[in-house]
Amino acid sequence: MTRESTATVSTEELPPSPALPASEKRTIRLDGATVRLAGDSGDGMQVVGGQFTNTSALHGNDVATFPDFPAEIRAPRGTLAGVSGYQVQFASRDIFTPGDTLQALVAMNPAALVTNVKDLEKGGILIVNEESFKAKDLKLARLDANPLEDGTVDDYRVIKVRLDTLNREAVREVEGLSSKLQDRCKNFFALGLIYWLFGRDIEPTLRYVQDKFGSKPEVAAANERALRAGWYYGETTEAFDHSYQVEPARLAPGTYRNVMGNQALAWGLVTAARLSGKELFCGSYPITPASPVLEELSALKHFGVRTVQAEDEIAAICSAIGAAFGGAMAVTSSSGPGIALKGEAMGLGMILELPMLVINIQRGGPSTGLPTKTEQSDLLQAMFGRNGESPLPIIAARSPSDCFEVALEAWRIATRFMTPVILLSDGYIANGSEPWAIPDVDDLPPIPVEHPPAKANGQPFLPYERNERLARPWALPGTPGLMHRVGGLEKEDVTGNVSYDPENHQHMTNVRAARVAGIAGDIPPQAVDGPARGKLLVLSWGGTFGACTSAVDECRAGGLSVAHAHLRYLNPFPANLGEVLAAYERILVPELNTGQLRMLVQSRYPRECVGLNKVKGKPFTVSDVVFKIRELVA
Amino acid sequence: MSYSRLESWWRRVGLGRGESASNGDAPVALAEPPPGDVDDRTGEAKPVPEPAAPVDLPVLKAADFASDQDVRWCPGCGDYAILAQMKKMLPSLGVPRENIVFVSGIGCSSRFPYYMNTYGIHSIHGRAPAFATGLKAARPDLMVWVITGDGDGLSIGGNHLMHAIRRNLDINIVLFNNRIYGLTKGQYSPTSPLGKKTKTSPMGAIDNPLHPLSIAIGCEATFVARSIDTHIKHLEGVLRRAAEHRGTAFVEVYQNCNVFNDLAWQYASDRQTKSEHTIELEHGAPLVFGKNGGKGIRLNGLEPEVVALGNGTSEADLLVHDERAPEPSLAYLLSRLRYEDGFPEPIGVFRAIDAPRYEEELATQVDSARRRSGEGDLNALFNSGETWTVP
Ligand SMILES: Cc1ncc(C[n+]2csc(CCOP(=O)(O)OP(=O)(O)O)c2C)c(N)n1
Ligand code: SF4
Ligand SMILES: [Mg+2]
Repeated sequence: MTRESTATVSTEELPPSPALPASEKRTIRLDGATVRLAGDSGDGMQVVGGQFTNTSALHGNDVATFPDFPAEIRAPRGTLAGVSGYQVQFASRDIFTPGDTLQALVAMNPAALVTNVKDLEKGGILIVNEESFKAKDLKLARLDANPLEDGTVDDYRVIKVRLDTLNREAVREVEGLSSKLQDRCKNFFALGLIYWLFGRDIEPTLRYVQDKFGSKPEVAAANERALRAGWYYGETTEAFDHSYQVEPARLAPGTYRNVMGNQALAWGLVTAARLSGKELFCGSYPITPASPVLEELSALKHFGVRTVQAEDEIAAICSAIGAAFGGAMAVTSSSGPGIALKGEAMGLGMILELPMLVINIQRGGPSTGLPTKTEQSDLLQAMFGRNGESPLPIIAARSPSDCFEVALEAWRIATRFMTPVILLSDGYIANGSEPWAIPDVDDLPPIPVEHPPAKANGQPFLPYERNERLARPWALPGTPGLMHRVGGLEKEDVTGNVSYDPENHQHMTNVRAARVAGIAGDIPPQAVDGPARGKLLVLSWGGTFGACTSAVDECRAGGLSVAHAHLRYLNPFPANLGEVLAAYERILVPELNTGQLRMLVQSRYPRECVGLNKVKGKPFTVSDVVFKIRELVA
Repeated sequence: MSYSRLESWWRRVGLGRGESASNGDAPVALAEPPPGDVDDRTGEAKPVPEPAAPVDLPVLKAADFASDQDVRWCPGCGDYAILAQMKKMLPSLGVPRENIVFVSGIGCSSRFPYYMNTYGIHSIHGRAPAFATGLKAARPDLMVWVITGDGDGLSIGGNHLMHAIRRNLDINIVLFNNRIYGLTKGQYSPTSPLGKKTKTSPMGAIDNPLHPLSIAIGCEATFVARSIDTHIKHLEGVLRRAAEHRGTAFVEVYQNCNVFNDLAWQYASDRQTKSEHTIELEHGAPLVFGKNGGKGIRLNGLEPEVVALGNGTSEADLLVHDERAPEPSLAYLLSRLRYEDGFPEPIGVFRAIDAPRYEEELATQVDSARRRSGEGDLNALFNSGETWTVP
């Protein structure tokens, strides 16, 4: 570990865990580390990665994660295509990304080793299951030579573990377990070893195992034994003469939990419904990586949530529009291909001027693309992916916990301006997790929603009469005297009657655009982190927040003049964005696409921007961004 | 009449005081004469004698259901008659106008909601059942009608139609079948017969037609019926039965597009021939048709056949209609009786059974989740699982 030299050597004992004795070996204190657990997609790496994350968060570290898995549920075993990995950075300071390089890597098979080892820093710890490097394993990974012997791992501290045998020995005494089920516990053995290495408490995972496998006591017992055996292996093996300790981070006071992006989003939606006195309706069709939103919401029926798993994405959004007409807080969630199907109905929602949320958890495109990988390439689809002049507000989450805030803000805008709002997240945020300072719901500001009252005077109701924000009334079926018809044909202003009048169409087009543009007056001005003017502004949006923040911090710490503005509002842009851009000599726009925000900014403001663009299905590393900043200002 | 109908409406939306009316009550006879007379040309209702006024509720007339918009269908279009029967029938239900929503797709037929003084959504092509699904799921208290066409409902929207029917939401779907794309000016539709020559099939259509009722029954619709635009009394009765049905009611109406597909249903609507070419279904009655009721449908094994009554063949030999048969095979068989195969085409209610309704099941799940876990508490949700506190 590169940080070892700067770390203080501690003779302190590990915090006592009731589940285990304290380690008798010495510990070395680090300010943070990045670990990746990699194996076959059937090896349960996501499960133990999630456990390591939770335990680290409970330990008080700041954490950031990057689960990375293939689109196939079980690609052929042992192949390169089937490798699944889970990366966690945990630290005693604030962190914003899952880390660029690894200090420790667990590789359960040769395929996992060769696909991941290049991310391990020189001298880093490489833990391998040496029993999975037989000729047949090498063949499955299409390797001619054994990477443990051909020089591939020469630069690392290799810890070879007879994981198959040790695990079997550990679980042998549990009765009623097939050898297949015995072998399934290997991931918990590896987790136990990593827990020892980083001084983690095994208690939370023991609770998880009981919770998860309680109905199958033999499976619970075996996983528990494997976990403990892994820990003891670390304590007894001569390969390690010390373990590492990462102190809790100095987070702001409060109660925290670990949240994943899609979970925070679903909770934000339920909260927004409560704050506006509405019941939540979600019409969606399963798609990676958006399905967990529908799944989370389906489990929250006791909050009055109604979910419809529609027959396709078109029906999903149409059901949401129907529910919005009925007065519900309506949402539909999907990913790029599904959003493409929703295009026509989004246009209808726009012209009906009904509040609702259209959520896009972006993934690698085009077409089916890279379903399980991340990308930011649907921004222009969100802006322009509809026929006709049909502007919609767009708002983007920047991190897993930010999904909560963004859900509230999107619904606030939707109801204040009577419009569908597009909420962008991405696979990286959706599956990633981080500590979240749990808010007290009673402290959250309400989202007031008004419906016009019944009318008894016989005067016609005017569904397209607008208020000062150009928003029309949200009149609900069931209200006497407000009967009215909405539809996709152009509406006459004020009356809402079908109109083919050329002047009216021009007017309505202008009004719809002005209404969305007016949102700029209702959102906070764009904040800038760093010097208020100077050489370089990094302008980012969405899930690249962490990498850009860390990169700018690092460069400023190194004495460079660089500022950072991260956009939450993509349409309309904050009112002061033009001034912000004018204050810097150069503007760098890093994006996981080929330059979509850059195109929007350049077309709107008289500023040339430099792009940093990548579409590899992976998030930016901090060094990707640092490298580019240095190139521009050093 | 109005009062008791409204009572049942309140019960249906969960606001009733008494016991819920058991489903499977004797169906309202379709033959019941309508309270007024009707202008034959437009199908508009002539003044209707007012039913006895209930004390506390306004009595609505057909005209109260007319919106202030000019109706823009071609003169002579069959859509007028359907609109007229709808406006005539609705007041008898006693459901307040503000509790009714008409949802449509795109097509001539789908302009329908603009002409009704109720709430309405003229949506996008083919998707009306999906809008209705969300609306009804969110607002079970509303009476929701879906108006669709043969292209709208069976071509672009076939998938949604199928799924709305299988969910059995308490909605009413009326498909105006004119066997043509009217609004786009005369291309062949999924119900156009083989060989139909249109602008896009100048050498004749080679796509096998779909049969709306066969599809609905294939999806196990709980209510399936058919009527004809010109057969106004019958149509009004069928619409009322659909409205009264709890669950998805699917109604096909033979509708004449006199501009692009005139006389497509002439065999079934012509005064001279309709008794030979259609057969009015009546629950519990044998399938009799023909000028003087002289013919019937008999089952020969699994094959239906037309028989003449007399000469040793009596009504006792005929197939007896059972709209409440849980098994849909017989209804399916009826939906396959086709004029082109030498059969009279059944009109009336093919099937009317009771089955759980989606929006009620959904509401029940919400209720039972609340009973089981208590009313959702956000603070408790956020603090569930593992948390830690930084002092
Ligand atoms: C997405 C889309 N595709 C095509 C159309 C054009 N279109 C409008 S109505 C229609 C067919 C309508 O036929 P039908 O449902 O039978 O209704 P009718 O006009 O006969 O009542 C078509 C193809 C459209 N409006 N939207
Ligand atoms: S085109 Fe046909 S269906 Fe459309 S309004 Fe005219 S007659 Fe009616
Ligand atoms: Mg048609």
